[in-house]
Amino acid sequence: MSRIEVEHLVKDFGGRAAVNDVSFSVERGALCVLLGPSGCGKSTTLRLIAGLEEPTAGRIVIDGRDITHLPSKDRRIAMVFQSYALFPHLTVAQNIVFGLEVRGVARAERDARLGKVAALVGLSEYLTRKPGQLSGGQRQRVALARAIVSEQPVCLMDEPLSNLDAKLRQEMRVEIRALQQRLGMTMIYVTHDQVEAMTMADQVILMKDGAIEQAGSPVDLYQAPATVFAARFVGAPPMNLIAAAGPEPSVVTGVRAEDMRLAPPTGNGADAEVTSIEYLGADTIVGLRRSDDGDAILVRVPGRASARIGERAALAWDPAHEHRFDRASGRRLSAFPPSTDRSPA
Amino acid sequence: MSFGLHRLMPRRTTVEAWLLLLPSVVLLATFAHIPIVATLIDSFYSTPRRNRPAHFVGLDNYRDMVADPIFWKALINNLIYAAGTIPAAVAIALAMALFVDSRLPGRSLLRMAYFTPTVLPMIAVANIWLFFYTPGYGLLDQIAILFGGHTTNWLGSQHTALAAVMVVAVWKEAGFFMIFYLAALQQIPPDLREAAAIEGASRFTFFRRVTWPLLMPVTLFVLVNAVINAFRTVDHIFMMTGGGPDNATNVLLFHIYEIGFKFWDQGAATALTMVLLALLGLLALAQFLFAGRKVHYQ
Repeated sequence: MSRIEVEHLVKDFGGRAAVNDVSFSVERGALCVLLGPSGCGKSTTLRLIAGLEEPTAGRIVIDGRDITHLPSKDRRIAMVFQSYALFPHLTVAQNIVFGLEVRGVARAERDARLGKVAALVGLSEYLTRKPGQLSGGQRQRVALARAIVSEQPVCLMDEPLSNLDAKLRQEMRVEIRALQQRLGMTMIYVTHDQVEAMTMADQVILMKDGAIEQAGSPVDLYQAPATVFAARFVGAPPMNLIAAAGPEPSVVTGVRAEDMRLAPPTGNGADAEVTSIEYLGADTIVGLRRSDDGDAILVRVPGRASARIGERAALAWDPAHEHRFDRASGRRLSAFPPSTDRSPA
Repeated sequence: MSFGLHRLMPRRTTVEAWLLLLPSVVLLATFAHIPIVATLIDSFYSTPRRNRPAHFVGLDNYRDMVADPIFWKALINNLIYAAGTIPAAVAIALAMALFVDSRLPGRSLLRMAYFTPTVLPMIAVANIWLFFYTPGYGLLDQIAILFGGHTTNWLGSQHTALAAVMVVAVWKEAGFFMIFYLAALQQIPPDLREAAAIEGASRFTFFRRVTWPLLMPVTLFVLVNAVINAFRTVDHIFMMTGGGPDNATNVLLFHIYEIGFKFWDQGAATALTMVLLALLGLLALAQFLFAGRKVHYQ
């Protein structure tokens, strides 16, 4: 278990800052997700922490030890790569204990640790296979096992689930989170998938254009997005943004799909036309378009929606559920909602 | 009825398969297999003369060959030539590939420079090296004289001539093999190196445990080619030494050429050819049996 502190980290690639003055800290045993669209600098930040890139400026401290300029192998970290980075000519067992062998761990201990970890990730029957003979999910487990077996206090994960199909991804989300908590690892997990961030993280760091957009618990990000970008990026479907209505043209109002209701049409200009219906089983996402502007508004309706495409309806919501942002800066104006539960489990 | 169909279907597909293979079979048979068989048969017959047609002599040609000291000289020279040039060319090729695979300025220029000897005809290469080796005003001697050394007749001395032609072969071949190594190196995903670095592997450990095993298919391919070339390439020997001095650079194929086309001794030449073929076949087989099992193909 280790506390990770990242201070004013900068990485320039040929004059363009991929990571621009990023600072955050991760508590011992916590799972921190670096979230953002591609090119936001999240992977570069992870690679800087791993020592695979040299920072232009800034400091990285793990457990009070400045590791900014240490080689990767001395940072006491493990890493899972997006491509898994398995050695294709080595068996599963050889892949898992590669690091232990290189570090000169005695054979008896190596075997013991291998047995334990293989059982933990469910690979015991595949130890003599080569990566080419495994399914994507099994390869992912090998990569995971290789990271776990090193027993390093910090584990870095670079989009580990992005090559898996949806069902497997959901299983692995739960499994990785359970393993992380059981083994007490401090984990930094990079993803562009906000569902992974919401479901797994103790702490989410949302990045955009090389800088931190918002850092906080998943609940914080969902209930009190700090910017328009955060509001749109976190949550599916993204938050509806409603153009300034009436007295405050400088304000953008955001309302989540589940906080909106469909009401009988009023006959005035505020009515919208139903343009799409997406039935999800437990609920339905109804898409509407207002006549006065082009933005689609999505409303989450429980169960099956009675609305039909082409019908007109009015949109209603409780003003308490409004998120208000400054149009020019995109920053949040209203205070945080009072009901936010910010203590992670 | 159905029984008849079952019997008919495989036969029809077999015929079609053979028809599709026919063009290549015809070409291979005409220019490779039939000549080999004809050579084998000829090697049991005497050399036809104007007034004495070829007649069956059994193993006489082979007996004469074994009794000929020049054959043994050529064979031993050829083995030294192979044992010297193959490891050197492969090692230099790998070293050059590793070097130009790394990030360094002007590496495409360097890659081209390394590859240049490959595109030159062997005749031209031999001429270039003839100039290097020329006693007195050749490049090597000019350098030697500059540093107060004396002139050396590299190609004229029995002690240095074989080594001198071997250097030319290595110089010519290393660049060619480098291309294969370079292509294979670029196939190795960079994150393997990163993963190994995080696990604590040094550059050397990574090379020994990951890069080298992953290059094994290329190494096998390069070795097979190098072995064949070591017994096949004699152009530079024609140009530079003519097999001399006193057979110091005489190798099997050169010997075959001299016996066959200078002395017109068909019987002896065919017997020698069969020995060379058998030698090459055995070497290739040994390589595949020995190395093939250890090679990881992706």
